[in-house]
Amino acid sequence: MTPDNSLDFAATRVQHTPMRLLIIEDDRDAADYLVKAFREVGHVADWSADGEEGLALALDGAYDVLIVDRMLPKRDGLSVITALRAQNVETPVLILSALGQVDDRVKGLRAGGDDYLPKPYSFAELLARIEVLARRRGGRGEETSYRVGDLELDRLSHSVKRGAAEIDLQPREFRLLEYLMKHAGQVVTRTMLLENVWDYHFDPQTNVIDVHISRLRSKIDKGFAQPLLHTVRGAGYMIRDGAR
Amino acid sequence: MTALGKLVRSTAFWLTLVYLLIFALYAAALLVYFALNTGRLITEQITETVDDVIAELTEQYTIGSWRQLTTIVENRSLRPGSSLYLVTAPSGQAIAGNVGSLAPGVIDKVGWSETVYRRLDERETAEHSALVRVTQLSGGFRLLVGRDLEERARMREVIVAAARGSVALVIVLGLAGGFFVARRVLKRFDAMTETTQRIMAGDLSGRLPVTGIGDELDRLAMNLNDMLERIEALMRGLKEVSDNIAHDLKTPLTRLRNRCEAALRSARSEAEYRDALQDMIEESDGLIRTFDALLMIARAESGHARENMTAFDAAEIVRGVAELYEPLAEEKGLALKIDAPGAAMINGNRELLSQALANLVDNAIKYARPAQAETAAQDGENTAQNGVGAARNGDAAAQMSSPEIVLAVRAEGDRVLLSVADRGPGIAEADRSRVVERFVRLDQSGLEPGSGLGLSLAAAVARLHGGALRLEDNAPGLKVVIALPRNTAA
Repeated sequence: MTPDNSLDFAATRVQHTPMRLLIIEDDRDAADYLVKAFREVGHVADWSADGEEGLALALDGAYDVLIVDRMLPKRDGLSVITALRAQNVETPVLILSALGQVDDRVKGLRAGGDDYLPKPYSFAELLARIEVLARRRGGRGEETSYRVGDLELDRLSHSVKRGAAEIDLQPREFRLLEYLMKHAGQVVTRTMLLENVWDYHFDPQTNVIDVHISRLRSKIDKGFAQPLLHTVRGAGYMIRDGAR
Repeated sequence: MTALGKLVRSTAFWLTLVYLLIFALYAAALLVYFALNTGRLITEQITETVDDVIAELTEQYTIGSWRQLTTIVENRSLRPGSSLYLVTAPSGQAIAGNVGSLAPGVIDKVGWSETVYRRLDERETAEHSALVRVTQLSGGFRLLVGRDLEERARMREVIVAAARGSVALVIVLGLAGGFFVARRVLKRFDAMTETTQRIMAGDLSGRLPVTGIGDELDRLAMNLNDMLERIEALMRGLKEVSDNIAHDLKTPLTRLRNRCEAALRSARSEAEYRDALQDMIEESDGLIRTFDALLMIARAESGHARENMTAFDAAEIVRGVAELYEPLAEEKGLALKIDAPGAAMINGNRELLSQALANLVDNAIKYARPAQAETAAQDGENTAQNGVGAARNGDAAAQMSSPEIVLAVRAEGDRVLLSVADRGPGIAEADRSRVVERFVRLDQSGLEPGSGLGLSLAAAVARLHGGALRLEDNAPGLKVVIALPRNTAA
């Protein structure tokens, strides 16, 4: 194992931009935990305990991402989202819910949610997803090519180069690298990869993603002094230019 | 509720009452019909007789004289039980016959009339009624012939008496019968009610009494008994499942608790605490996964996911899952092969079927490793758990003989067969039905991570799609087959 392709979670926090988040969640303990955890990683989070107040705040304030529970007093989470979208408020929404089955997820996304995370969740997973959502809003849309350090991926010609060397990737490896590079500098969890690269929403019992990553790593990092694809302990993976 | 009150309130009793009323009305109507008809018949007979007599007497009068007529009339009048006769002279005076008195004006009216009369030889004042016919003879004579109506009256009396008697009899017998029937039926219903109350009180082994007559109540009781049988079996199954769940969740919970205790007892540095906490998070993640799998199975078994079914080629999901697991298999020294010769359209939930298939492939990879590569692959497993980069060990295993796992799709008749076949130790025939149950793991060594729910989930998904999961001998190895209904429409 190359000693420096593994990162501590804290090491990924160096260059983050603070976000303003709104948590609409009726469970005080869960909300307190989130507010505190977000503060620790440098974000500001407001909390609202019911759907009506949450909707008013979301319509009013300029938040980067909304975190909405599904079952809420006064107005349920999905109807909050529908109301927001009806008023053309396009703030990204992550739905947090105890209802974790496939069809619940589909319902949540259909109502206008951008991501869906079933409870119980790990904070690292939630944070990674929120940061990806916020970044997407920041206007970084689809680009025709991505570059991280000396690694270059061209989406049009389906080619990958590291320095001058052409790297031959399988179609799935290409999509995996594409997703990682699109979110370069951000933590990407195994579940996010499984959902976005493979379109599976179940949990494979074994960590199959790790093996795919190690294959990809052996193709793009092997033989290069500077590793780009990092494992973030307790969270997932991140591709970034280590030299910066 | 008194016994009588209960009886009176029973359906059988009310039905009896209604029938009783209908029968009584029927009997009464029948008798009225009889009475009317008989009356009419008697009247007809009288009319006929009287007409005959008048014709005969008129002839005598025409042939002979009024004297001959009076002689014949006198003679006939004297016979016992004779008809009524009266001959009057043109002056209106009675000259022959046996009539003492008549209602006034009867003799003046030619034709039929009903009248009260008294015979000449009668002393008492009682008057009888009779049906008479008056004929005008030539020469101013009048002839009256009639018959007593007593017979008709008596007939009426008899019939009215019969009506009263029979209606009373119908009512008495009907009531008694109704009581009897109601009590019998009530008794059987009471027995049923008693049993159901016992069952509701918690004794699920209770069954409704069946008399063996085979009537509708028996059939109802038998159906309800079958239903109870099914409920009891389901409850037993449910109880077993929840017992198993409780038991099997205790094991990881105990492990979790032990780790907490061990950390509190012996951890010295922050790093040690961190490691212990990390372990605990992993252990709880395992528990969450187990719960997710259980919920998933419950969801599949309740049939909820049927809404999201679409038509697609089963080979697609096989390729998808194979692609996901191929690197893992290679790392473990196994070759993952796809055998999908043609399209096999099915109607289903892509996500659930992929998950079921993924579980089967995951199992195959876990348990089907080649015997000689056992140690190498186990090392690989350990390194993989520590993070990444187990590829070297995998390569070592791959250099030995590389047993294959075959994912096959076949469309056969109206079925589509998805199968995952390995060359591992297989499962003994006796254990095959058992491993599909929740939490059953034949390998008790605990070397392999997993909840023991993979096969149960796959089986539940197969059932949800109207199919079935079966285990076969791959000689050597295990072949798990999911048979699904083929979508022939697409």
